[in-house]
Amino acid sequence: MQVRRKQIVKRGMKWGLLLLLIMTVVLPVWAQESDSSEVTDDEVNAVAKEVYCPVCESTPLDVCETQACADWRELIREKLAQGQTKEEIFTYFADQYGDRVLATPPAEGLNLILWIWPVVAVVVGGFLFSRYMRNLRATAAAAPAVDVALPEDVPPPAKDDYVSRIEQELKKK
Amino acid sequence: MIADLGYFSILMAFVTAVYAAITSWYGHKKENWRWVESARNATLIVFPLVLLASALLITSIVRNDFSIDYVWRVSSIEMPTYLKFTALWGGQAGSLLFWNLLLSIFTAAAMARKWDEQHDLMPYAIMVGSFTQIFFLALTAFVENPFTRIDSVIIPVDGNGLNPLLRHPGMIIHPPMLYLGFTGFTIPYTFAMAALISGKVDDTWIRTTRRWTLVAWLFLSLGLILGGRWAYDVLGWGGYWGWDPVENASLIPWLAGTAFLHSVMIQEKRDMFKMWNMFLIILTYSLVIYGTFIVRSGVISSVHSFAQSAVGPLFFGFIAIMFIFSAYWLNRRRADLASKNSLQSFLSREAAFLYNNFLILAILAVVFLFTNYPIISELFTGERGFVGPPVYEQALGPLFAVLVLLMGVAPLTMWFRGSVQRLGKAMLWPAVLATVAIVVMIVLGIHLWAALVGFWVVIFSMVLTILEFVKGTHARMKRGENVFVAFSNLMARNRRRYGGYWIHIGVLIMAVGVIGVELFQEETQQQLQVGDTISLGRYEMQFLGVEQRPGADDLIITEATVDVYENGRFVKTLTPRREIYTRTGQPMTIPNARSTILEDFYVLLAEQPTSPDSAIIRVFLNPLINWVWAGGFVFIFGTLIAAWPDAVEDKITAVQARRRPAVVTTGD
Amino acid sequence: MAEHIQNPPATSAKKLNVTAIAIWVVVLAVLGLSGYGLMKTNASRPEAGETAPGFTMNFFNGYEWEGQDAVALADLQGKPVVVNFWASWCVECRLEADLLEQAWQQYKDQGVVFVGIAYSDVEPNAKEYLREFSVTYPNAPDLGTSISDDYEITGVPETFFIDRNGVIQHVQIGPVNASMMNSIMAKIMTQ
Repeated sequence: MQVRRKQIVKRGMKWGLLLLLIMTVVLPVWAQESDSSEVTDDEVNAVAKEVYCPVCESTPLDVCETQACADWRELIREKLAQGQTKEEIFTYFADQYGDRVLATPPAEGLNLILWIWPVVAVVVGGFLFSRYMRNLRATAAAAPAVDVALPEDVPPPAKDDYVSRIEQELKKK
Repeated sequence: MIADLGYFSILMAFVTAVYAAITSWYGHKKENWRWVESARNATLIVFPLVLLASALLITSIVRNDFSIDYVWRVSSIEMPTYLKFTALWGGQAGSLLFWNLLLSIFTAAAMARKWDEQHDLMPYAIMVGSFTQIFFLALTAFVENPFTRIDSVIIPVDGNGLNPLLRHPGMIIHPPMLYLGFTGFTIPYTFAMAALISGKVDDTWIRTTRRWTLVAWLFLSLGLILGGRWAYDVLGWGGYWGWDPVENASLIPWLAGTAFLHSVMIQEKRDMFKMWNMFLIILTYSLVIYGTFIVRSGVISSVHSFAQSAVGPLFFGFIAIMFIFSAYWLNRRRADLASKNSLQSFLSREAAFLYNNFLILAILAVVFLFTNYPIISELFTGERGFVGPPVYEQALGPLFAVLVLLMGVAPLTMWFRGSVQRLGKAMLWPAVLATVAIVVMIVLGIHLWAALVGFWVVIFSMVLTILEFVKGTHARMKRGENVFVAFSNLMARNRRRYGGYWIHIGVLIMAVGVIGVELFQEETQQQLQVGDTISLGRYEMQFLGVEQRPGADDLIITEATVDVYENGRFVKTLTPRREIYTRTGQPMTIPNARSTILEDFYVLLAEQPTSPDSAIIRVFLNPLINWVWAGGFVFIFGTLIAAWPDAVEDKITAVQARRRPAVVTTGD
Repeated sequence: MAEHIQNPPATSAKKLNVTAIAIWVVVLAVLGLSGYGLMKTNASRPEAGETAPGFTMNFFNGYEWEGQDAVALADLQGKPVVVNFWASWCVECRLEADLLEQAWQQYKDQGVVFVGIAYSDVEPNAKEYLREFSVTYPNAPDLGTSISDDYEITGVPETFFIDRNGVIQHVQIGPVNASMMNSIMAKIMTQ
């Protein structure tokens, strides 16, 4: 598994180098063509929505009013004009400013907790809970007589529970 | 002079609360009822003292007394008078005083009312209640004194004015609602702890505090809904809930309180889960305090939290004492709280309540961890983390869906027993109906599977809930009542149950809105010249220009005018605007929307325009958003039905209480 | 306190402990976490007299230190260091930019190192700013916002004056001015 991944990475690197070579030839032409004014505000917002600048914490970049955030939006626009994908831009921002600027932190390291914890809460919680329920049930089987004496609203089983409850209520009145 | 009197009455309130705590303890120890009565009277006096202090602070604000630091921070001469009243809770020191005021109202009301019935619990209730009050009064008296003089030789001519974000009508009532909810939970907590400490762990505390709990929960719900509305109207990002730490801090205790309100019904009916209910109410209050702590200490900072201050360490001390104290007594009385009854069926009503508790606590666990993730991450990696809305939504979406499903199915269950056949029979037609509705939606072009699943669950539960009303009314009509009498009697005779179902209907309506906005929101943003148009969905919008004018106080309003056309027909002129309070320089983006039951066409001025005939306009199409607010109304309506004072029930409680022999001998 | 409660039955004692322990663990974990959070929140920026927190700078192209791409503060041990946090979007930073460059020109031959850390800034704008003020001393972006975290800065500009032993001698919040610059420089060079 490990070996195969390395091979893929190596091959990827070869292709990457080739691409880089092509790019260095083509890029100057591109750079002139990639006019950032062609990128729409909507495209910028789609990325900025999921970025949080440290200057205004808890406010997504697409709404934040500070100059720093305006600069960041401009950077997103330039990167989109250069043809970068959303993911590439996210990676760039995470590298530059830390994981905390992303709405969805990269699923690695400690951040994995964010995906594991909900599952753990449901599975482990569910396990404990079902054991607890089964214990209660077991007690019920052992001593079924305990509850039967209880309240007024144990209806005759044949009838609709609901209707009988209301009828009793009316009788009480 | 006024300031001195105000501070003096805070000090007096503090001393009185300390007196109450000590005297009730002493009186209980010596079994001298007179001392306990004296302590109780003391708790009643705290309220007018704090009220006086609050009134004096408001007076100072209205009189523009900028020699007081707090007044200088939150007010200004030109500020409208109603805002000067609300400035009471516009900053850290004032809002703590306000918190004290609400706390003292609740404590006094609880102590004044439930006196004769509660001889066993009273001394402890006074002790626990006073301890809480002492802590908050100490904060106000010694750390965040709102009457502190300004730290300057020259008294400023004018103040800073209230934070612009807090000048919106929604924000004027939102904090009081939240605070009422938060402080309201003090009463059930106090009586629960009194029950634990005294060892009288029967149902008395639940009967005593049942309505308090519901009222506290009502205010907390109102606070959450109003907070959402405020965010939608003022924050200008097209949404109503951003999973912000401050929002979460009020959602988390609300979740615990919701779990409690459900499971407490098992205890009332079946005398089961005493331990569990005790745990839930303690959890609820602990989370109230914890939430307040993280917001006020700035531990997890956020847009609208208060700046960090010396409040943090003291608050931490209070939390530590409270948590350890509660956990200690909970553990100590564990054996007494053990359930005597047991579960007959996994499909019974009591089981359904337990599934509800399980789901809500799972949601709570997720929100709690995510909210605290910045600290957790800093602890283990040294780098502060951040959890954004997409992570919350992805983790919680399925859990909420299952919860909504349960909401529909649970009312079908019966106490004690249940059977698959019976449930299956009752669910068959609603399921068919929901499926038909989904097929229609697919035909109409909705193909997003998450939305289809969500709508199915909501429709299914909605049909089941409405059927509950139909069945009940029908049963009464058979006894000769006409349909209206039957329907209103149904609710009047069983307020809690049918109030609860109204709440469920409210939640389901809100769920429709949430699915609509979360999954079908559309938006666009463009730079427009006069005459330019934007189209979005069925709508077209024409930009007509920008104008600037001064507003009240130091406000400058920049307002754009746009005409909205629906399917080519003119429907409304909208005026989204930006407000800048020049003193603070903080801009606000106030949207303007064309609202219909189907959607909001929500228009924003995205950036400060630089010329009268050009602007960057951002438009959101928020489908079904108004269902969220409509559902909110139904929700509150249902809670009011459930919480409305019930003369008959109160009489029964009183009679039961009188029948029980008094344990503590009175002094007279 | 009323002591009329009997001891729990022995049979349930074991189960009781598990739950009790669980409750205590959760209570203490939450308390520990919030205590830690509080400590972190109330941690103030390092003050004069404290050792400067270590960090590594990955310089902007053209703003390296003696031709090295990356330098750690520890590598500069033995030299007085002036660490200036700034940003191109920051208005007040512009007030001190010229002064910092002048001071650098004046003191660089005496072994003092000036470094600029661009806080929450985008590279093109940061470089534009450096060109605008003809800055020549080494400058680096604050990668991962980690340096400003360690220095607990509350805004920009903030400047830390560190002596040759790595001890902070002065923290300037807001822009520096000419009169104070000389006295502080004298202080960090003599220590």
